Amino acid sequence: MDDQTVEKIVAEHQGSLGGMLSILSEVQEKYGYLPQDALRRVAVATGVSLADIYGVATFYRAYSLKPRGKHLVSACLGTACHVRGAPRIADELCRHLGIQPGETTADNEFTLETVNCLGGCALGPIVVVDGRCYSNVQKGKVAEILRRTRAGLGEPRAEHGFPLTIRCPHCRQSLMDPAHPIEGVPSIQLTVCWNGSRQTLHLSSLHGRQQVSGGPEIPAGSIVGLACPLCRRDLTDDAICPECGADLARVRVEEGATLTICTRRGCRGGRLDLDIPGVEAADRPSQE
Amino acid sequence: MITLTINGLDVTVEKGTTVLEAAKFLGFPIPTLCHMEGLTPYGACRLCVVEIGAGSAAKLVTSCTYPAEPGLKVRTASARVVRARKMILELLLASCPQSKTIQDLASKHEVTQQRFRQEHEDCILCGRCVHMCEEQMMAKAIGFRGRGQNRSIGTPFDVPSEVCRQCGGCMYVCPACSLRCTYTEPQKAICGGCANLSPPCLEKDPFNDMMCYMDPCVACEIKKP
Repeated sequence: MDDQTVEKIVAEHQGSLGGMLSILSEVQEKYGYLPQDALRRVAVATGVSLADIYGVATFYRAYSLKPRGKHLVSACLGTACHVRGAPRIADELCRHLGIQPGETTADNEFTLETVNCLGGCALGPIVVVDGRCYSNVQKGKVAEILRRTRAGLGEPRAEHGFPLTIRCPHCRQSLMDPAHPIEGVPSIQLTVCWNGSRQTLHLSSLHGRQQVSGGPEIPAGSIVGLACPLCRRDLTDDAICPECGADLARVRVEEGATLTICTRRGCRGGRLDLDIPGVEAADRPSQE
Repeated sequence: MITLTINGLDVTVEKGTTVLEAAKFLGFPIPTLCHMEGLTPYGACRLCVVEIGAGSAAKLVTSCTYPAEPGLKVRTASARVVRARKMILELLLASCPQSKTIQDLASKHEVTQQRFRQEHEDCILCGRCVHMCEEQMMAKAIGFRGRGQNRSIGTPFDVPSEVCRQCGGCMYVCPACSLRCTYTEPQKAICGGCANLSPPCLEKDPFNDMMCYMDPCVACEIKKP
């Protein structure tokens, strides 16, 4: 730690109220944890006493004063995950890694920690490895998750978003196209009707991404028709986009949801509606 | 000037006066533990609770931190206040049964036993030492660390602090553990707890660097359950 890293970080946040948290976050990002030497430098550079900085650093769970391993494994022990057997998952992780929560393996590969809620209660028990969320984890899956992580396969496939498996609501055939992957996952294949021509378009199947490849050059703001490339039926119905008022196309998500896609180019008005058993939404597509 | 009513008596005080100071001016006794003249009020021990407001809006506040407001109606010894104070004393007694200060307060308030799991010589986190170090000794050598049940007071990284001048101010103001370091003179110890044990700190060589009066204190070597 001979360079001026800490001093630079402090200089960037000087004068902002609550800058201490940002400073500590950035220092932790840089070193992976908060080294004692770095905290002493922060104290000197900010003029805040070391006792106060140490108090902040030990107060928040996000900060670690001990070096962390290459992979951070967080097992959720929140109420919902707990009743679905999260303690057993945490025990299994401890057993496989040979460490207790809060510890790091001797080879510096894994740090295991337990968290109290990750906000994905319906998906529990949840284990998050390096920012990648594994839902409905069962005891038997633990070894596989760790194996994948160790092999580097657990790297998040995308910064945000999770892949959806899409079917046509009419012919019920899969619209996934493994031959055209976008961001490493099979894309959604759709027929786009614009200016009298029909062409195939590939849409990212990562929810929240909106990446498109292929298809005609369409200026942003124009409205297109979307159809199933297999049964050629129109995917739009009478629903309109809450953002821009254009027609919405609907497709089925195999995991149990309806995805709406706005037909206006560039509009992000689409959304994912989860199927809730017992609630028959009036605007759901007719199940033929 | 602000006029407020304490136990039915009107009192006029300057702006910025706390309810505790106003009550003391009238002569109403309010027990305190973490409060100390010359240190910033912190409201940590909750012993100085009083009841303000009326009817369903009545609530308990710590008088040491509550500023006097015009027309405020304060009750310093209502049934609710006494009940709360007794409970607080029981809890303090459970944390730190050896403290003469807490024992005296408890007996004064007719708390003769407590119903909680007994701990031994545990810091009550009143923060007096932290404020003393910062505000009177201008050192800031010690501070709060961690949170929840892991909250403790001590030096950063548990190593002797370079800004500490070993003035002993923290020990002097501690209401709970002021007996901790009398082990070198067992005859002066009131609790006598350590007189029966060999002072562990003396066996460890540079005694001056031990800061044994702070967490983790082993002065009395009484193992926590």
